[in-house]
Amino acid sequence: MISSQLAGKTETVLGTATIQGVRGAVASGAVTATTVAERHYAKIAAEDGPEGKNIHSFLALSKQRALAQAAKIDAMAAKGEELPPLAGVPVGIKDVLVMQGSPATAGSKILQGYMPPYDATAVQRLEAAGAVLLGKLNCDEFAMGSSNENSAYGPVLNPRALDRVPGGSSGGSAAAVSAGFCVATLGTDTGGSIRQPAAFCGVVGVLPTYGRVSRYGLIAFASSLDRVGPLATNVRDAATMLSVLAGHDAMDATSSERPAGDYVGALEKPPDQLVRGLRIGVPAEYFGEGLDPEIRAAIEKALEGLRAAGCEVKTISLPHTKYAIPTYYVIATAEASANLSRFDGVRFGLRADGVKTLSAMFRETRDQGFGAEVKRRILLGTYALSAGYYDAYYLKAQQVRTLLTRDFLAAFAEVDAIVSPITPTPAFRLGEKTDDPVQMYLEDIYSVAASLAGICGISVPCGETRAGLPIGVQVMGKHFDEETMLRVALAIEAGQSIG
Amino acid sequence: MADVAGVTTDEVLRVAELANLDLTAEEVPRMQRDLNAILGHIAQLNELDTAGLPAMAQVGAMLGAEAESTGASLREDAVRPSLDRKAVMGAAPESDGRFFKVPKVIER
Repeated sequence: MISSQLAGKTETVLGTATIQGVRGAVASGAVTATTVAERHYAKIAAEDGPEGKNIHSFLALSKQRALAQAAKIDAMAAKGEELPPLAGVPVGIKDVLVMQGSPATAGSKILQGYMPPYDATAVQRLEAAGAVLLGKLNCDEFAMGSSNENSAYGPVLNPRALDRVPGGSSGGSAAAVSAGFCVATLGTDTGGSIRQPAAFCGVVGVLPTYGRVSRYGLIAFASSLDRVGPLATNVRDAATMLSVLAGHDAMDATSSERPAGDYVGALEKPPDQLVRGLRIGVPAEYFGEGLDPEIRAAIEKALEGLRAAGCEVKTISLPHTKYAIPTYYVIATAEASANLSRFDGVRFGLRADGVKTLSAMFRETRDQGFGAEVKRRILLGTYALSAGYYDAYYLKAQQVRTLLTRDFLAAFAEVDAIVSPITPTPAFRLGEKTDDPVQMYLEDIYSVAASLAGICGISVPCGETRAGLPIGVQVMGKHFDEETMLRVALAIEAGQSIG
Repeated sequence: MADVAGVTTDEVLRVAELANLDLTAEEVPRMQRDLNAILGHIAQLNELDTAGLPAMAQVGAMLGAEAESTGASLREDAVRPSLDRKAVMGAAPESDGRFFKVPKVIER
């Protein structure tokens, strides 16, 4: 094959940017995994830095590890061996998951210089399935934020509109897929941190059921809420990633022993059978004041498409929805204040210089290492857990969490999946909400209830605003019923291409 | 729940001490303002009567049978390899290879 033809084929690989596209091209010998990796690194070098578009989605590249893996895949392909499901697929990892040989920062100065001595289970599973891990992706500090402006290493720009935020906290993970730097990425979602940036950047993002994907090797933010999940350009790729990630892990005590579903197989029904007969709930509380009219119209159109595909669409009520944000910000900050007490200058990362006593070392290390939002949340969480306030705040929030979860359990007795907005507005401008924490927290209004209830969710692109900003729609599924959720998501995606 | 009487400067400093955070003089009023704004929003939870409701710590407890398969049986207490000690100690700011080194613990 002459080189110009090769270049043409690899351009196609970059252009189509799907898992099947890359894996198929590598298996057929049309392109090598090494070339695919190099092409993606070249694109990152040209566009991610200040000389390019300054998107700043990557915090560190892992070229040595990526190229060694690509060579391994190429050797398998050369021998004609059956390739694993992610063979040669360039994947990026949110920098709250540890990966041996790459620095782990969690977007914080307090972990500057920390080189973790092991791989997160999710990282290990992706690589075992043939993925080529390109590097670590920017995020809000300790995954606390809805705009990626809280990263200690600087914000990420939205590839679809460079004056806008990519969302957060998995802003780098969404931007890297949207910009074509990676075919898929790993993100984490505590209150919307996969689904909201996916919507802002026009990609697919999956929040798996609590317990479905191992969190071993995840730098914890709020342990009763944190989840690991994939972002990709399309629903089938997201399902392929989930099928690799899902399953029990003895290293994570919260990991479910329930066998993983057949997420790819669930999508293989003929198009006219995919969602026929499914009951879709539309929660009235998610369509109130504050929802952008263009987003409302796009979701109504998506619901029209589901009706045409044979779904029964009906209005439902999730009556405690308005209490989800206050509940979330008590529980998440309380858990964060406990989890982040481990960052004290003793075992990893930063230690303040010139301190004479242990207690001064703790305080000065934490003062220098944590950014404003992290301090704010630690203070709020410590306050909510402190003597005299525990019952009033933490216990109260846990009781309301019961009500929010019962809302979903009751709804799912009547419907198979729930469709709603995922964000009240399209991507906002950098700096637009940084001065007012309550306004920033309200950005999570449609995402946090699913987080508190432990159910699964997905954000799927469903058109764009007149200004050209991506719009996402959320599909929520029952605990451990990712298959139905993915089928509805695929039907919505298919409806988009028909227009 | 406490009324939104507001967090005082002293309370901000007390909570910061509990959390091992040293706040600068500029940070204190800002954190006080932000905490009061957030707690004001959280006060909505008072509208709900939650007397007698169970507290939900995590999802498993709400799923009945699922909870049993994820916690009722203890794993076998077997010896397994752990992380390499040298690699772990190597990531510490200061270590003699076996222990973490820290400044003086007893303050007089």
